[in-house]
Amino acid sequence: MSKPAIVGGIIIAALTGGAIAAFAVAWWPTIEAIEPPAPKSFDPALVKRGRDLAAIGNCSDCHTTPGGQAFAGGLPVPTPFGAVYSSNITPDPETGIGRWSEAAFQRAMRRGVDRGGHHLYPTFPYDHFTNVTDEDDRALYAFLMTRSPVRAPDHPNDLSFPFNHRFVVAGWKLLFLKGGTYKADSTQSVEWNRGAYLVDGLAHCGACHTPRNALGAEKASAAFSGADVDNWHAYAINAQSHSPTPWTAEALFHYLRYGWDADHGVARGPMAEVTANLSSVPESDVRAIAFYMASVFGAPSRGEAKPPSVQPVAADTPGASIYQAACATCHESNRPLPYSGINLRLSTALSAPDPRNAANVILSGIRPVSGEQSPIMPGFANSMTDEQIAALLTYLRGRFSKEPAWAGVEQVVRDARRSETVSLQTSSGDK
Amino acid sequence: MTTLKVNGHDHEIDADPDTPLLYVLRDELKLNAAKFGCGLGQCGACTVIVDGKAVLSCVTPLLLLKGKEVTTLEGLGTVEKPAPIQRAFMEEQAAQCGYCIAGMMMRAQALLQRNPKPTDAQIRSELQTNLCRCGTHMRILRAVHRAAHLMDTAELTTQGGNQ
Repeated sequence: MSKPAIVGGIIIAALTGGAIAAFAVAWWPTIEAIEPPAPKSFDPALVKRGRDLAAIGNCSDCHTTPGGQAFAGGLPVPTPFGAVYSSNITPDPETGIGRWSEAAFQRAMRRGVDRGGHHLYPTFPYDHFTNVTDEDDRALYAFLMTRSPVRAPDHPNDLSFPFNHRFVVAGWKLLFLKGGTYKADSTQSVEWNRGAYLVDGLAHCGACHTPRNALGAEKASAAFSGADVDNWHAYAINAQSHSPTPWTAEALFHYLRYGWDADHGVARGPMAEVTANLSSVPESDVRAIAFYMASVFGAPSRGEAKPPSVQPVAADTPGASIYQAACATCHESNRPLPYSGINLRLSTALSAPDPRNAANVILSGIRPVSGEQSPIMPGFANSMTDEQIAALLTYLRGRFSKEPAWAGVEQVVRDARRSETVSLQTSSGDK
Repeated sequence: MTTLKVNGHDHEIDADPDTPLLYVLRDELKLNAAKFGCGLGQCGACTVIVDGKAVLSCVTPLLLLKGKEVTTLEGLGTVEKPAPIQRAFMEEQAAQCGYCIAGMMMRAQALLQRNPKPTDAQIRSELQTNLCRCGTHMRILRAVHRAAHLMDTAELTTQGGNQ
């Protein structure tokens, strides 16, 4: 045998071995299709528990398009690698999960694999859902399998190479998916453990609030330290919080349960959907989440040591005039929240690392919730130019926050206006 | 003095720059179509069009309007020659007390200028910020569709406002 042939043989052997190893990790068997179970075969109490758990898991948020049918999927979820479209999780036999057994459902929750053995992209947060107990998976399954089936074929994803190949996900899982359900911390109370179980599991708070690495996995070393999601900044919800008033368990409970808190203001953007869901689940679960998160916030590390405002605030700047004329009417009315504007000294948005959230709110306002009493703020996209909003933001930062001035405000406003236009076109119940 | 362009005419306004546009329209220019409802930008009764877009005039101070063009309902049509949007609201009898209607028409007008054939859902979404206490919502919805149809009809292109 010649030398190149030997080398070639070794390479082929190595490649084959590698491929077999990769295959062993990447390959999952199909779980046999079942006859769609009759809705009546599920215990109503289990279905009800599943309903509450699905609300805590915020499932409908990604698996429903605005104005679309519940859980029928089709929502594009933007990622740095392209858009992943959520799947249909109604019990439609052909296009949904109607033929999935409970075992197939649980495997998807724990391992991120569909019934046919295909890897699911981690936009479906199975890195959190692996924590969910068997009983809770059973309840979720019962709830989803008793929804109205909707015929809605999956929308193809819009991912760039190589991420459009699902086997890449197998490698991701090797690196980032830790198996096993939630392990209780025996040194902590039952309520704390309940909260931790929900926060790290089904509620998947870290999916938005924890920054991700270059491969799109949550940075374990920076849990809850804030990240950018859907054109919003999901604030740091640990000791690095920028909230001018430290969060307490009581304030967290009120905010999560009712969507606002007198010392922190109103939930908006993607968080408004989360708090809307938490308004209808067992109060004890929301209290547990609040109790646990209060311990995650801990004592504020930024606290009183904030640097003084770096720039004196002149009262005759364009931003000051706009604030006095357009904002102060509501924001200095001293009427109680949530129907009045918050005193902006309490605003986390104005103390945040960048002006993105504040720009979003000025542009779009806060839309009222259909058919409910809810907070409302008019948007100013049509009456203020980017330059005027930037001047306003700069003034607000100087006057109401102890943090140093923002840089590049006008660019942020331009970007926010661009995405605001897009989100208003694709949302608000347009069908 | 501030120069303000309303319905195609320049006006010299002697008011503080922080005066809401609504007060200027009603008190200085005697254009009374836009109504004072809540004064907080929450009801939509004060809606006018600025540079083609619906704006809440009660929370829009004069100082934001430099170089911009304001259109009020008076600028769309007259009693003798109502604009398509006004004709449509009359023909559908969309007003009961009528207080919200000028704002409704202005926001609908801005929508139709941008999207000549809106769906029901798009109209509902657009007019969500305009409140009607009387409950003529279904008629308002029909009126906006009718206006879209009227604007599309050739004979009306010479009538009314800036269509």
